[in-house]
Amino acid sequence: MSDAVTAHDLGKSYPGGVRALDGLSLTVRPGEVFGLLGPNGAGKSTTVKILTTLARPDSGTATVAGHDVLRHPERVRRHIGVVAQRPGLDPMASGRDNLTLQGRLFGVHGRELHRRTGELLERFDLTAAAGRPTRGWSGGMQRRLDVAMALIHRPDVLFLDEPTTGLDPEVRAAMWAEIARLAAEESMAILLTTHYLDEADRLAARLAIVDEGRIVAEGTPAELKGELRGDAVHLELARAADEPQARQAIGAVTRLREVSFDGPRLSARADDGAAAVPAALAALENAGIAVATVTVARPSLDDVYLRHAGRRFAA
Amino acid sequence: MTTLVTHTFWMTNRRLKVLVKQPALVLILLVQPAIWLFLFGNLFRRVVELPGFGAASYLDYLVPGVVVMAAVSSNMWAGMGMLEEIERGTMNRLLTTPVTRSAIMNSAVVEQALSTAVQVVAIILLGLIAGAEYPGGPAGLTVLTVAALLLGTIFSALSNTIGMLARQRETIIGINTMLLLPLTFLSSAFMAETLMPEWMRTIAAANPVNWALDAARAAMSDDPDWATVLTRCGWLAAAAVAMLLLSTRTFRAYQRSV
Repeated sequence: MSDAVTAHDLGKSYPGGVRALDGLSLTVRPGEVFGLLGPNGAGKSTTVKILTTLARPDSGTATVAGHDVLRHPERVRRHIGVVAQRPGLDPMASGRDNLTLQGRLFGVHGRELHRRTGELLERFDLTAAAGRPTRGWSGGMQRRLDVAMALIHRPDVLFLDEPTTGLDPEVRAAMWAEIARLAAEESMAILLTTHYLDEADRLAARLAIVDEGRIVAEGTPAELKGELRGDAVHLELARAADEPQARQAIGAVTRLREVSFDGPRLSARADDGAAAVPAALAALENAGIAVATVTVARPSLDDVYLRHAGRRFAA
Repeated sequence: MTTLVTHTFWMTNRRLKVLVKQPALVLILLVQPAIWLFLFGNLFRRVVELPGFGAASYLDYLVPGVVVMAAVSSNMWAGMGMLEEIERGTMNRLLTTPVTRSAIMNSAVVEQALSTAVQVVAIILLGLIAGAEYPGGPAGLTVLTVAALLLGTIFSALSNTIGMLARQRETIIGINTMLLLPLTFLSSAFMAETLMPEWMRTIAAANPVNWALDAARAAMSDDPDWATVLTRCGWLAAAAVAMLLLSTRTFRAYQRSV
């Protein structure tokens, strides 16, 4: 199968001269969760609107599920599920009615529609509330129904535009678990936008950082963090008196850089912390030095963002 | 084509389910024309005595007038529903599904047409209770209903177009307030055309509200003039189709602004 989503050199300006997208390109592979990370106004939602056929770009091309979004928007629509930032539920209609209508618009009928509706309500824990108008529902329930609606026709590509913005931490954690489960169980590609670093780190297999309408960095969360000059390694000696010998022993470990001692505490950086630690421990053990604690800290996406966008991440 | 019909059906069904959950709204739809019928019926009762008015009972004359006024005034608010769809986010949800674009517009128009039909029947019955006579019989009343529905379609599609393009309630309110009375009084709704100044008659000839009245009055008389009925209904139908097509075109403008 070809790529789930491709976008090439997308550009879009809004009336008033706001440049929302400035040559954005990305590729989402089938079955992967791709995160689009960036602050508000970076161009994430505009990208989603173009890929879901809501908006038209001024320039550039894009395909979703193998169909050109500009030439065949009606084909694209049959293959996508969209969870927008605003729920877009009918407040006066019941949860079940919302879900059923969505299915009908996708051509799901009769027994299959009934079965699928019941299955999704059950899966998202909405069966008890299904008969009530959605305007009385909590934010978390509305968001879950929203996701259920996006899934009713078993889409090939699911778009989640800031799926946890505005949710309580507790509800957000549940939503994360649900998205992770979706990614694992269903063979669909998910394009997720978020301005939460932890969310992108936790959910996305690959991610791109968007800033001012273009992608400034792309890769797996680990790769992006790996680009920073390595992990931070912290070691604490059992006896402070061992420090001079420890300095000598550690000096021979080529995997560690920027070694500094503060009493019994040693700090260093390593390109690959997980590989450097055993080497360091082996060197210390050979010298007969006991170690009390070891920690390896991976650089956070916040560090990655700082490096690529040139400023701290503030959503 | 079948997709368009199916989608329009389900989209209309969606709207009607909401409408029936608002009994107060339905009640207002019925009470408003009753008030007009009562007020205008009493206020203008004696205008039939003016030489050249050409009708024996003002109530008989008034029923089609109130019907078209109700059709215009209720349909011209349809655009508010579009704005609500946009603001709630349901519009964007619908636009990312395969739903036929025209079904979104048509369902709003069909919903309006159904409530207009209920209003028309209510006015006809109220008139009957008050003692109005319909010499044209069921055929005349059918033409009255059809003309009112076509006229309503023109105005609901126009209102949807304005809503989609202007995206502001105030614009719809302003345009409606400005249009309703001139459109009604530049027609034979309450006053015989023969008694209008010449310039008013010229404008009335191009007023769709007046086309609907011409058709209805021609069909409701004891000697129906079918030629007038057909031409006026033809013009109304053509204008209705044109407005529907125009309203669907507004999705392109929406797509640029979203």
